[in-house]
Amino acid sequence: MTDPIVVAEGLHKSFGGTRALRGLDLSVPRGTVCGVLGPNGAGKTTAVRILATLSDPDAGHARIAGYDVVREAGKVRERIGLAGQSAAVDEKLTGRGNLRMFGRLYHLPRRQAHRRADELLDRFGLMDAADRPVAGYSGGMRRRLDLITSLILRPEVLFLDEPTTGLDPRSRGEIWDSVRELVAEGTTVLLTTQYLDEADHLADDIAVIDHGRVIATGTPDELKATIGDRLDVTVENPAAMPAAMTVLSTLAGTDPTQTGVDGLSVVLPAGGLRLADIVRGFDHAGVAAADLRLRRPTLDEVFLRLTDRLTDRVTDREEPVR
Amino acid sequence: MTAVTSPLRRLGWTLTDGLTLVGRELGRLRQEPGQIVAALVFPVIMVVLFGYVFGSAIQVPDGGDYREYLMPGLFTMVTFIAWSGVMTRMAGDAARGVMDRFRSMPMARLAVPFGQTGADLLIGLLMLAVMVGAGLLVGWQPHRGLIPTAQAFVLIVVLRYALSWVGVYVGLAVRNDQVADALVPLGLPFTMLSNAFVPTGGMPGWLRFLADWNPVSALTAALRDLFGNPGAPSGAVAWPLAHPVTAVLLWSAALLVIFVPLSFRAYLRGGR
Repeated sequence: MTDPIVVAEGLHKSFGGTRALRGLDLSVPRGTVCGVLGPNGAGKTTAVRILATLSDPDAGHARIAGYDVVREAGKVRERIGLAGQSAAVDEKLTGRGNLRMFGRLYHLPRRQAHRRADELLDRFGLMDAADRPVAGYSGGMRRRLDLITSLILRPEVLFLDEPTTGLDPRSRGEIWDSVRELVAEGTTVLLTTQYLDEADHLADDIAVIDHGRVIATGTPDELKATIGDRLDVTVENPAAMPAAMTVLSTLAGTDPTQTGVDGLSVVLPAGGLRLADIVRGFDHAGVAAADLRLRRPTLDEVFLRLTDRLTDRVTDREEPVR
Repeated sequence: MTAVTSPLRRLGWTLTDGLTLVGRELGRLRQEPGQIVAALVFPVIMVVLFGYVFGSAIQVPDGGDYREYLMPGLFTMVTFIAWSGVMTRMAGDAARGVMDRFRSMPMARLAVPFGQTGADLLIGLLMLAVMVGAGLLVGWQPHRGLIPTAQAFVLIVVLRYALSWVGVYVGLAVRNDQVADALVPLGLPFTMLSNAFVPTGGMPGWLRFLADWNPVSALTAALRDLFGNPGAPSGAVAWPLAHPVTAVLLWSAALLVIFVPLSFRAYLRGGR
């Protein structure tokens, strides 16, 4: 095992009276993708801004590749890239003009900055639009330009702050492909997202944060295993719904939720119940099931469970932080 | 990597990065030729509008030509509008996250404000040249020879540069391009409340006091003096109008002393 390349310990940050981070810990192994999930205002962007040296924590510390983000911010900035809602490009310049300018600002010699710009435009499919002002780009093209601008120096760690928010599915897929390629080359990616399928597709590890703290970590599969499997039932006759509901709540120990006129869904206790028990229960009660399906929970369900549980305990929610 | 810490190297990068950002502004203008045309046509329109519309009705105190009287006022007005361009550009970058990208990069820390003000200086020189051309066309001219004329232009450039730092600070403080756009028209009454277009002698006492101490009036008075244009104040006048060149230099120094450190602080802190 190598040392983690991104480490955050006990980060605290308040803005006025709102506490955006309350003791956030994070550790990302080199060469992996860490998905940071959380509802709006959970502190995702605040965390990324601190890790990317844009903001100082009130307490706690963070290191990127061994360098402290506050005391050695210069060293950190040579090793990171930032894209997504916290970073942007010049709308009035062309795509090529942007990459050349940022290349020069990364202190590449002129010729090298130009070559790197062409390389990136070519590789990420923006060569055709290279000489058009960014203002005329589609949302997806703009995000891709934003992404490749942060790749000019081949960063060791790439922060992607909600990189696909507001994009259509095709553009989102293109961003995902790009991220996968980068990871294959050894870049470590820290990705914040509200889209759980995005984390499911891209992330090796997931940290769920809420109210400025990490409330769960693990691989997507590990997280799904923390809540039981889910059973979806469709009854043949809607009149049998009350009977079916009684059977399910008795067997599973929790109340099922109704989905449509003839559907029920219930979380089964982890490891306890088998499909055969349910079928037998329905037979006894005279319920005819048209469809009976046992499935792993989606990450959305895990997420809702985790964040709901915490909302009951902690009442003061943070405002979203820009 | 260690070279980054040497102060000389750092100064070098501040210059290089600042120049890259000046190049960025010029690149933006090249993408929008309409904006250059608008920026250059604006002073010409002002000359024609004020020179012939107001000029037909306003009497210059010592009987001089109104367009001769007017041109120093227009030079001043264009100088004082400059800060708003810097402000809207800084606010736009801050609002759209471009500023955050700069701040997350290993570039020279102070290059962004220096680059912006440097770019504005170039734009200012270009506008000055157009103004001179327009002025000459409507019959204005400097009468006191090369050295005072050059001094007048230097004074314009110095004050414009100092004012552009006000724009940097305000732009970073509002961080929102819509707010910045809304602030732009507020500059206009400020330039009008002065001796730029009409003599202050006829204003009510309190208003005249404000107008006389307005830096707009100081620059206008200095330019009238240095160009040898009519309307130079006579008799007992407020201190800034009696010593207009000194007043302009003091105003410039004061603006720089206040707004350069404020701008650096605002830039380095960003939205932390």
